[in-house]
Amino acid sequence: MAIHKVLGTETEYGISIRGARDFNPALASTQLVNSYPGRRVRVQWSYEEESPGRDARGFGHEGYGVADPEGALVNAVLSNGARLYVDHAHPEFSGPECFDPVEATLYDKVGELVMHRAATAAAELLPPGQRMSIYKNNSDGKGNSYGAHENYLLSRETPFGEVIRYATTFLVTRQIFTGAGKVGSENGRPEVPFQLTQRADFFEEEVGLETTLKRPIINTRDEPHGDPSKYRRLHVIIGDANLSEPQILLKMGTMALLLSALEDSALPDPLDLANPVDSCWQVSHDLEMHRPLPLDDGGSATALELQWRYHEWLGKYVEAETDDEQAHALIAAWGQVLADLEEDPMRCADRLDWAAKKRLLEGYVERDGLGWDNPKLRALDLQYHDVDPERSLHRRLVERGAMQGMFGDAELAKAEVEPPERTRAYFRGRCVSRFPGSLVAANWDSLVFDTGETHLKRIPMMEPLKGDRSRVGAILDSADDAAGLIALLGGQ
Amino acid sequence: MAEREQSRRSKEAEQDTEEEALPVERESDEKLDELLDEIDQVLEENAEEFVRNYIQKGGE
Repeated sequence: MAIHKVLGTETEYGISIRGARDFNPALASTQLVNSYPGRRVRVQWSYEEESPGRDARGFGHEGYGVADPEGALVNAVLSNGARLYVDHAHPEFSGPECFDPVEATLYDKVGELVMHRAATAAAELLPPGQRMSIYKNNSDGKGNSYGAHENYLLSRETPFGEVIRYATTFLVTRQIFTGAGKVGSENGRPEVPFQLTQRADFFEEEVGLETTLKRPIINTRDEPHGDPSKYRRLHVIIGDANLSEPQILLKMGTMALLLSALEDSALPDPLDLANPVDSCWQVSHDLEMHRPLPLDDGGSATALELQWRYHEWLGKYVEAETDDEQAHALIAAWGQVLADLEEDPMRCADRLDWAAKKRLLEGYVERDGLGWDNPKLRALDLQYHDVDPERSLHRRLVERGAMQGMFGDAELAKAEVEPPERTRAYFRGRCVSRFPGSLVAANWDSLVFDTGETHLKRIPMMEPLKGDRSRVGAILDSADDAAGLIALLGGQ
Repeated sequence: MAEREQSRRSKEAEQDTEEEALPVERESDEKLDELLDEIDQVLEENAEEFVRNYIQKGGE
């Protein structure tokens, strides 16, 4: 039986200060994280299994400008279980571990809200006439890309070779419904006026450890953030950051389903692409979706045809294995998107970022007689991703009813403060709310408290589904302080 | 695969023929014009400078 697909996203945002001649993005990102006005604790993000030494405490509280092993300058853990930090020159929001794809979609969107609130607060530190702008996209259009990564919990027993075979073709071809759209091409790929994705141009290897150079379609980072004898984490780096809520759901839901079916040995032989790296940008550049991709067996198929195959397999799997309403709804929504793409891709302008963006761009091209190299089109491309609701073009489309949405402002505001209830993110987030003064270090799989005793106390959280509300809710509610919490947990 | 694709495609083509009436398309064009007018109001001024200054390095 497949293990439950705990999942989540980590997104690096583009940052810019309008009105400044030049700016230091690492400093601006640090100001942003430190300015976030929501409920959070600034901590050391610990990477060691053993609990950190006593000297970690000062570092934990002060944080400014001190580099950790991954280069994060400053870290905060939010009361919703997320991590907000500086990754090199970008602010990054790593959402909490979520129980299902709808929840993962909600918290992915919460990241935009967190960034906007943090940027608004940070802007107060700027000289008059300057403004901090944050973009949920993946490219600056000048050859620099930054990531929107997805994470899925896998069983350690799942052979990674199988994951590579099934996921490669899937990830390359899913771009037809996961792309956020981009004006132009980069990284030496053939010139196009517009393409489906932000990221495809940057993928140069089939499999590898890298995330910043020679990016691989399958990333092999083996960092389970849980019991390594039981779990793996599939770190998917090839996706675009999406604004469209139904699109995020489709992206995460289909991937999770594929991995479950793989773990349940419910898939027929994989369909191997003869040249995945080449196919990756070919799919992204093919707006008509007619381009045949060569297969290993000598034949060929379009991305759409290959997606229909996955849809058929996973449709059967869901039919046979589960009553889960979300899974059944997902299969239906996925089939509808594929049918619409086949009939006329622009039918998806109400659900897919790339199609919505293309509709706007073509509107401008036609109305104003612009060439595709006009900076106004690139500006529009960028502004589609602005997290400021007053400026976001995506938001405007949703408000006008031209794009579908899933969550209301109240739901997003609640999830900015409250953690998911069915994973260990609940324990992390509630500890931030209840015992902020005692929490000195955190990681995905542990929290470290200073209870005033000689040694810091580390609480391991090696099981992603434990630390949920049903297990620890009452304990968290009844403990008076961190020492009390630890005593109560010890008594379990 | 080709055979299966073909049969599904023709089935959908039949279902969809009736939906593509012209008035719907025209209404959608009008809506797009309205939308572009609205976007004109919020679009960053000086697109060229805005795009030129947007440079992102490092990350992942």
